[in-house]
Amino acid sequence: MQCSTRTIAFVLIGSAALSACAPKAPKALPPDPQPSVATGTQNYSSPTTRGPVMGSQADFAATLLGRDTIYFDTDKFNVDSEDAAALQVQAQWLLKYPSKRATIEGHCDERGTRDYNIALGEKRANAAKNYLVSLGVDAARLTTISYGKERPAAMGSDEAAWAKNRRAVTITVE
Amino acid sequence: MIRRLFPLLLFAAAPAALFAQPTPAPAPAPAPATIPAPSPAQAAPTGEVLTGTVTDDAAWQDLGIAIPAFPTNADVPTQASAGSTAAVGRAMAQVITSDLQNNGLFKPTGPASLPVPSMAEVSAPDFPTWQAKNTDMLVHGFVRANGDGQLMIGCYLYDVALSQQLVKGAWTVGPADWRRAAHKCADMVYSRLSGESPFFDSRIAYIAETGPKNHRMKRLAIMDSDGMNHKFITTGQAIALTPRYSPDYRQIVYLSYLNGTPRIYIYDTERGTQRLVTQSKNTTFSPRWSPDGKWILYSMAVGGNTDIYRVPSAGGESQRLTDTPGIDLGGSYSQDGSKIVFESDRSGTQQVYVMNADGSGQKRISFFGGRAATPEWSPRGDQIAFTYIAGDFHVAVMSPTGSSMRELTSGWQDEAPTWAPNGRIIQFFRTEKNSGHTALWQVDLTGKNERRLPTPVDASDPSWGPVLP
Repeated sequence: MQCSTRTIAFVLIGSAALSACAPKAPKALPPDPQPSVATGTQNYSSPTTRGPVMGSQADFAATLLGRDTIYFDTDKFNVDSEDAAALQVQAQWLLKYPSKRATIEGHCDERGTRDYNIALGEKRANAAKNYLVSLGVDAARLTTISYGKERPAAMGSDEAAWAKNRRAVTITVE
Repeated sequence: MIRRLFPLLLFAAAPAALFAQPTPAPAPAPAPATIPAPSPAQAAPTGEVLTGTVTDDAAWQDLGIAIPAFPTNADVPTQASAGSTAAVGRAMAQVITSDLQNNGLFKPTGPASLPVPSMAEVSAPDFPTWQAKNTDMLVHGFVRANGDGQLMIGCYLYDVALSQQLVKGAWTVGPADWRRAAHKCADMVYSRLSGESPFFDSRIAYIAETGPKNHRMKRLAIMDSDGMNHKFITTGQAIALTPRYSPDYRQIVYLSYLNGTPRIYIYDTERGTQRLVTQSKNTTFSPRWSPDGKWILYSMAVGGNTDIYRVPSAGGESQRLTDTPGIDLGGSYSQDGSKIVFESDRSGTQQVYVMNADGSGQKRISFFGGRAATPEWSPRGDQIAFTYIAGDFHVAVMSPTGSSMRELTSGWQDEAPTWAPNGRIIQFFRTEKNSGHTALWQVDLTGKNERRLPTPVDASDPSWGPVLP
């Protein structure tokens, strides 16, 4: 009993704290955005005895369950349908907490030159930002930063790792 | 405090005329009567020593140069890190030997296997003995402690077959700068024998890397061209990238993530202060100096779109040079300042373009398949070095019209070439697959002579400053 409680707590805290940098397998995510939105709503209305503070970055991460991050093809910055679904969930959260701001980090895999990757990360972060704005989020609430290839999420030098590193991560700011 | 002191010591000291220009050497110092005998330990048997050090990769390293220790008129203690004047004399010959290695022109033999000449021999070598050893060229020199704590270093180059002196020089240095005198001597020898401009007495700015791949600490650091006199400049609290020395060494432009926004700062090496290159809140990166130091070229991302701008280095209005919707990036001035080579993905992939310094006349020059990135114009003007991307990253060169493309390296990820001040050596960084370890490497224009530059930790983004005055 004790054991399983601790496990739950760990998962919650862990997912919150590591949301920005923990390696995730994008393709393995739950593919259905709609029910998750509902889950998010339930979290919002459910008591706060155990979960993260509503409207916090921890709440954002717990609600988004990995959809705080979108992934890109090699040398691309376009938002595909899977990305769009994730950004819709992000937008819903941001519209629910209009006083919260967010930073979108653009990242690249290591197979680009350093400066080019900074420029490409800018494009990715701005692609995500523009999509959120198109869904009604005030542009003034969103900032972007590119890390180029300086902050990979996956450490390897293979296609699987690179796919995880070509990403835009949304982080809310208190 | 230490960081503030450093530029004073290094940069203020150098221009302060502590260096006499290569003047005709004063009669090799003192009266022959006081010349110390070669120390017994150094007086090794001579005959076989030279041949013992000859290796078999000599096909194009054909010019043998003997560089025995520099004698001193009197072995006295000094403030130099190398020790007494005799110790400085041995270290001088070692530094010169090390400089002249690895550039594909010479086969230097250092002091470890050669006898120490007498002071008299410095200006009147024992040519028959050296001829018997099949030595082509001979470097002699001396070290003398001046009364005021300074050191005088003499340097002589002889053609052994002709029994003739080719060139000589002498420098007076503070004890902290003894290595610079060695680099000046190596530069003199290199220039006289190769016909090329010197480059050893120069400094390198680069990024020192430590920590795990997903959270590398990246610090601005500087060192001499041979990796010595190393100094960290930033603490590592913010990511630092892509430094470039100003032509007068007084400033370094670099990218820092200080305060959470990647922007270009100009670091003052004398005062230890820094300022933003522009007050824009946008991301600015990829900074470069114009050859006269009056302009800084940089790239700025606005709403995801990156273009190239220039701004007076003393401050002022920025001027936009490119305006395509893609990524226009980097840039490097031709030596006369009239043209800029840069990269752009306006065609769909990274390729190299040339434009006039005011942004007019933009024209693609790379047409050989694959991608071409990070172009850098040679200080001689005849070549452009760049990162060639066709799967792996290789350092390559091409002419300023894009012809005669040649790959010089074959690592997994060799990136960001920059030139030695004389345009004969290219420096770049090499990243290891998986581990992400990085190191600085140099390669000559044949691609045959590659060597790793020693750094205390992993290293990337090397950039060479000009030859010191």
